[in-house]
Amino acid sequence: MAQLRELRNRIRSVQSTRKITKAQELIATSRIMKAQARVEASRPYADEITRVLTALADASPLDHPLLTERDNSKRSAVLVVTSDRGFCGAYNANVIRAAEELQNTLREQGKTPLLYVIGRKGEAYYRFRNREITQSWSGFTDRPDYANAAEVGETLVKAFMQGTEEAKREGSTDEHTLAVDEIHLVHTEFVSMLSQKPVIRRVAPLEVEYTESEGLRPAYDFEPDAETLFRALLPKYINTRLFAGLLDSAASEHAARRTAMKSATDNADEIVQNLSREANRARQAQITQEISEIVGGVEALSSAGSE
Amino acid sequence: MAEMSVELVAVERRLWSGKATSVVAQTTEGVIGIMPRHEPMLGQLVEGGVVKISTPDHETVTAAVHGGFLSVSDGVVSVLAESAELAQEIDVAAARRDAEGDDEQARIRARSRLRVAGYSV
Repeated sequence: MAQLRELRNRIRSVQSTRKITKAQELIATSRIMKAQARVEASRPYADEITRVLTALADASPLDHPLLTERDNSKRSAVLVVTSDRGFCGAYNANVIRAAEELQNTLREQGKTPLLYVIGRKGEAYYRFRNREITQSWSGFTDRPDYANAAEVGETLVKAFMQGTEEAKREGSTDEHTLAVDEIHLVHTEFVSMLSQKPVIRRVAPLEVEYTESEGLRPAYDFEPDAETLFRALLPKYINTRLFAGLLDSAASEHAARRTAMKSATDNADEIVQNLSREANRARQAQITQEISEIVGGVEALSSAGSE
Repeated sequence: MAEMSVELVAVERRLWSGKATSVVAQTTEGVIGIMPRHEPMLGQLVEGGVVKISTPDHETVTAAVHGGFLSVSDGVVSVLAESAELAQEIDVAAARRDAEGDDEQARIRARSRLRVAGYSV
């Protein structure tokens, strides 16, 4: 009797958990669509800014600090994009593992990695392990705005520009922000609904690609001059790259959450099925026992009467 | 009448694209009007600028553009912006509030939004 009641309680509790995971799954599914639409919507700007930069690069000397490799890089910024919420399977674990690997490689190269973290889960991970976080942001990972990307980008570019020779010579380096010599971005790439993989990209210094163009490039007129424009555009380009990374990560986060919640729901279904079988068996056993008790009782009575 | 294609692209979405007969914008050097077959050019737009696009059927598309760039090449004009709003999308009440707020940047942006929406500031 007691066993049957216990089983029914467990079934009920698994069912209510299943309701939660199912709801999470549905929410994540609808958010993937939205996140993907945002990735699509941000593409025209990214394409345009790349085209404009290419045109500008022809007309200006490529000696901007953001483009120049530094001979003796000492500190590298590592920006890790994690999620604010859990319930998304190995999403955070994967991206954090990739970040750890990157940091080890950097250390082997004699560079000190500085951690910049986006997302509450990443913050919690590093804080729990008493690792130093240079700066962290959170609260927007499932729906990042350009303003968020710009904020992060500005902080990083500022730290990067402080590492330039010029800034060092003039002694204008701010004591509070540590200068960095390179910026790496670790985020998750959305491959498909079922597969997301962590990727590491170097954001700064940017790599310059030289391509042979066909025919003559049109001679552009610049307002203001090409160098000023270039200087204004490059940080924006980095922000765009970060924004694209954030959007991709958001889509991946929702996809990972959907997969995790789907398997949780499937598991709950299986557990409910197994428990129901057990409960039915217990009920049957109980009935059988009662019948045999009654029959046994009747027989005992009738045999007692006949004597 | 000659036409050119114009793209108005913000970071988060494409706002408007189509044919136009002229584009008027404000670069850091001054106001510039672009007609079809303009020579290739690149310009940085002022913060809190206004872009006016005239379409072949005599309509005008006006947008408030922040942190923008303008590029003209091969008969295509593209306006890139960190954020931009078309005149009909502007929330006038919110812009009014921002225009009187404390944040200098927000004030500049709000003023251009109000100008685009047809109010004098």
